[in-house]
Amino acid sequence: MNQILNIFKREIVSYFVTPIGYVFIMIFLLLAGWMTFYQNNWFEQEIASLLVFFSMHLYLYLFLVPAISMRLWAEERKSGTIELLLTLPVTMFQAVLGKFLAAWAFCGIALALTFPIWITVNYLGDPDNGVIFASYLGSFLLAGAFLSIGSCLSAVTRNQVIAFILTVVVCFGFLMIGRNEVLEFLRAILPQVLVDGIASLSFLSHYGSITRGVLELRDILFFVLTISFWLIANAIVIDLKKAE
Amino acid sequence: MIEINNLSKYFGSLVAVDQLTFDVPEGQVLGFLGPNGAGKSTTMKMITGFLAPSSGQIRVAGFDVESDPVSAKSVIGYLPEGAPGYGEMTPSQFLNFIADARGLTGDHRRKRIQTVVDQLHMSKVIHQSLETLSKGFRRRVGLAQALLHDPAVLILDEPTDGLDPNQKHEVRQLISDLAEDKIVIVSTHILEEVEAVCDRAIIIAQGKLLADDTPDALCAKSHYHQAIRLSMPEAASLLPIIEPLDGVSRVDVLDEGRQLMIVPHPGVALYRQISALIEEHHWPIDGFSVERGRLDEVFRQITGEVAT
Repeated sequence: MNQILNIFKREIVSYFVTPIGYVFIMIFLLLAGWMTFYQNNWFEQEIASLLVFFSMHLYLYLFLVPAISMRLWAEERKSGTIELLLTLPVTMFQAVLGKFLAAWAFCGIALALTFPIWITVNYLGDPDNGVIFASYLGSFLLAGAFLSIGSCLSAVTRNQVIAFILTVVVCFGFLMIGRNEVLEFLRAILPQVLVDGIASLSFLSHYGSITRGVLELRDILFFVLTISFWLIANAIVIDLKKAE
Repeated sequence: MIEINNLSKYFGSLVAVDQLTFDVPEGQVLGFLGPNGAGKSTTMKMITGFLAPSSGQIRVAGFDVESDPVSAKSVIGYLPEGAPGYGEMTPSQFLNFIADARGLTGDHRRKRIQTVVDQLHMSKVIHQSLETLSKGFRRRVGLAQALLHDPAVLILDEPTDGLDPNQKHEVRQLISDLAEDKIVIVSTHILEEVEAVCDRAIIIAQGKLLADDTPDALCAKSHYHQAIRLSMPEAASLLPIIEPLDGVSRVDVLDEGRQLMIVPHPGVALYRQISALIEEHHWPIDGFSVERGRLDEVFRQITGEVAT
């Protein structure tokens, strides 16, 4: 536990001693605002809800989360610090989790800094703050799921650009399998059971139900299991690749 | 005590380390020699628990590296090849992170950090980020993090690579000073380093252990062991007298005829015989010395056998 915290501390500080952290947060906030106000005309809708704001997170994370996760292990492998890290008295599990949690917490900080929009909507109208709270939680879980995929894929290569592209593609896949057009196509070639199985893995449907205000255990569990799965895969990939 | 038993490592069909077996007792500085790609770094990575062996066992201070890696890692200090470090951190932040991970606390922690900073003369750069430091300083930071928890076992992969001659000398001095109550394994391809700091040298090539002895004993395997170097004007003119002597294997003429290298048959000492000749003929010699033998020649001899 202590070692996870030590690694967490080192990692989270590293976001803020370089410009990466500030640049990321700036861009995240600008894009989140721009997408909500200009792309979706949030003001003109005159609805006191943040549904539009949260639905944009899917596409925002698709490109911004891989930008954080790409360096997690690719950089350690490239600079050789992975050898240093894994010969300290820490287990693989502690190293993977410490780094992941730091990246997740960083995303959490960026997300929390969108609070002015929450103040705005409360000032202008009378929104359901329960739904907004659930949506924030859902958005945070979604970021975690994307991050866990990115963390795993960043261990595949020592090249950060490749890690970035791989992650975007895989995350895009996990979004798309929830869309009707894709499911229609799959129904034509696969048995229904399999199609239902694939559809249930989509981030789109689980995130969608949370942001509509239905905070169900199974959606939360879905994200927790997804994160766990990818982090275990992460540890296996590091183990296989570290000799190279 | 480090015990290594039938250690092998394969990467696909490539045999990187092939059935290595050796022990290192406390207080010994072991030099790990071999050509590039001989398996030195791979062996070190397995001892430190970074890579899992394909077969064989490693025990460090009684802990099995595979079944109890965390205990084994906690008694080891390791400088990986190239002395990697987190570029955005300063040496101070970096050492504090290592201290956290090594579980150092309170007064002891402060003292240890101060000690390694002093030992490696890096107080000047303690608040400069690693990526802005020179190669020499980065190497010192790497050494500092390996020494920080005062480990019983030190594994140093090319510790003096990239240092200038003064810094090399200091690091060697440091290793010799540390050696008393520790096990130190140093990999290098600088042979003078082995003679300067190691009590024992292991030569490996293509993953196989080829020689395991003291540096002196290895030197004695050289053709030049006990060879005599004689300098005088027109030394070459002595060839007809010296060459036929008993026990002389061959005589090399060096330095445009001003120097002779008299190489004996193995096990023969020519010292008395030659100095008697000098007395007898009143040769006007400028220099007379007995060679210890050349480690680089032994190294080539031993590792060359495998390559061909």
